[in-house]
Amino acid sequence: MQLQKKVLSNLITGIVVATITSTAAAATDGKIKIGVLADMGGTYADLCGPGCVIATRMAIEDFGGKALGKDIELVSADSQLKPDIASSVARKWVENEDVDVIGGLVSSAVTGAVTQVTNNSKNITLITGSASNAFTTSACSPYIAHWTYNVVALANGTVKQMVNEGKNKWFFITADYAFGHALEGVSMKVIEANGGETVGTVRAPLGTTDFSSYVLQAQASGANVVALANAGNDTVNALNAAAEFGLTDYMDIAGLLVFTPNAQAMDPDTAQGMRLTTGFYWDMDDQTRAWSKRFEALHGAIPSMAHAGAYSATMHYLKAVDAVGTDDSDAVMKQMKLTKPDDFFARNATLRADGRMEHDMLLVEIKKAADRKNKNDIYNIVEVIPGNKAYNPMLPSCAF
Amino acid sequence: MRSRLAILVLLGLALAAPLVIYPVFLAKVLCFALFACAFNLLLGFAGLLSFGHAVFLGTGGYITGWLMINSGLTPEIAIIAGTVAGGLLGAVFGKLAVKREGIYFAMVTLALAQLVFFLYLQAPFTGGEDGLQGVPRGKAFGLIDLADNQTMYYFVLAIFLAGFWLIHRTVHSPFGQIMKAIRENESRATSLGYDVNQYKWIAFIISAALSALAGSTKTLVFELASLTDVHWHMSGEVILMTLVGGVGTIIGPLVGAGVVVSMQNYLSGGELGNYLHIIMGAVFVVCVLSFRSGIVGQFNKFRRNNF
Repeated sequence: MQLQKKVLSNLITGIVVATITSTAAAATDGKIKIGVLADMGGTYADLCGPGCVIATRMAIEDFGGKALGKDIELVSADSQLKPDIASSVARKWVENEDVDVIGGLVSSAVTGAVTQVTNNSKNITLITGSASNAFTTSACSPYIAHWTYNVVALANGTVKQMVNEGKNKWFFITADYAFGHALEGVSMKVIEANGGETVGTVRAPLGTTDFSSYVLQAQASGANVVALANAGNDTVNALNAAAEFGLTDYMDIAGLLVFTPNAQAMDPDTAQGMRLTTGFYWDMDDQTRAWSKRFEALHGAIPSMAHAGAYSATMHYLKAVDAVGTDDSDAVMKQMKLTKPDDFFARNATLRADGRMEHDMLLVEIKKAADRKNKNDIYNIVEVIPGNKAYNPMLPSCAF
Repeated sequence: MRSRLAILVLLGLALAAPLVIYPVFLAKVLCFALFACAFNLLLGFAGLLSFGHAVFLGTGGYITGWLMINSGLTPEIAIIAGTVAGGLLGAVFGKLAVKREGIYFAMVTLALAQLVFFLYLQAPFTGGEDGLQGVPRGKAFGLIDLADNQTMYYFVLAIFLAGFWLIHRTVHSPFGQIMKAIRENESRATSLGYDVNQYKWIAFIISAALSALAGSTKTLVFELASLTDVHWHMSGEVILMTLVGGVGTIIGPLVGAGVVVSMQNYLSGGELGNYLHIIMGAVFVVCVLSFRSGIVGQFNKFRRNNF
């Protein structure tokens, strides 16, 4: 028995020494594996959930399905909009399953947690669903490409225009996490810079279903605009509550972030005339219509800007991989920033050194029910906002 | 002798495991195992069902995470601080909760835990929905860099073993005997002259502190502390782990945590991801209906009857 113990303890020591001295394998394996992390069944599922997986798969198929001579692999997972779950999935992907790049990413809280992991592991993230401008400012990294839109573009589009039209007293109903805080902060600055004022704010948890108490606070605030600094079903629920309390009769409601599925879900009578900023509208021209038809056939609904962005970002990434002939993140990112993204989604676009993808944004207006030809016909394009006017200027500290 | 050998073999397996299995996953299992063991100390040995244990897990996590981000403390000090904070919170909650029994005890713990949940949701230092992101792992004792996953795993293993040993000691001490006596027949324990509430209170504090230890360690592993750890779902999950593994057995919670965490891990990525909660619910029902003593409890029975 004594001998047995000795053998065992020697064995254990040996194993420990062996494990500690062994090192992790290198990340570049010449095979491209793309992970899409999105909200598969929650508040934001319609914006960037299964649709973002479909859009990414379309990009892979359109690219030919192969990169660096090997089949491109696609994996996906549900973030459940929880930072801890997203973070552990991302960690598992990049550390244990050789995922090269992570896309999708809706909800800024989730994206913040994921980029903490991917920045450390030097994997590229293609952010297509989140809005916070932190990813190219306070939390910028050489491995982030922020596609589609951000809070600055939303505020510079919708808020500025409304303040200039004389809507000068604002009340905010804000989603209580990174995205809502960022959008509220940026919008307030725009309001102030253009001579308006913010008379009050209230913060509602993500996934709130009953907005009546918030709407009543808005009603009592004396504002002439109620800004909804939230997204997805939250926006729809807040707007419905505002309509039920008759707010829409004498106050303007500004949906600061509205995706097409949400605009479709809104009652046209209450939402008509509402102006909003978007990175993409399916019915803009022949190019957008052609892609959107293909997407609709697969997904069953017209694409949101996050879907179109997921396609565009994936395609740009794959082209860069092809051009440099490696999956090394530094080389690929350098190439992505050298070439200008150009497709049905990215117009007059450039991927800046800080990772911000700057492209033309659209200021649109929700159509009246009478003017709609079919259920997908929801916006009139009011104005095209050039990318350099829409987005925040680059910080010197983030120019990678 | 045989059990000694079994322990050595298990230890060897635990040391060799990261060679084969992803270390972060193993570390997660160990953190939850410690949490479940701490919970089991209360449910299995003192017969107290707390339905708010997540609050201790989360508190440990937040305190450790905040200290790691905002102070230059080394991880072991931050973990001790988190554990002490959980213990103090446990002292307050325990004092209030042990005044009641049965379902009322569970409800008091749940209510207090929900109170703290909303506090953490609104308090600026927790980061609300975003959680505390980017918690550095730091260098243990100022020497061992925990950034490497395998090193981190061994650090967690050491903490787990320490916690596990403490629970083992507690259960097999005179104090543990009295806990069991209280579980079996509280009135008799009182009539024998024991201050029952005092014993329950101390058991509660030990359990809370060890739960906080698990939370603190988990925060370091994932470099993140979030509301998930404080949510009442987590309080439910730990009950599931303990029940599946075997209430009132020493290694039951360890097995239960392994089973539940593995299920979550493998199901969440696959086609069945959307049905995760349904499957977990089904497992719970099957467990309660057909093998109430859990995997380890059932195994022990089988061994007793056949060998």
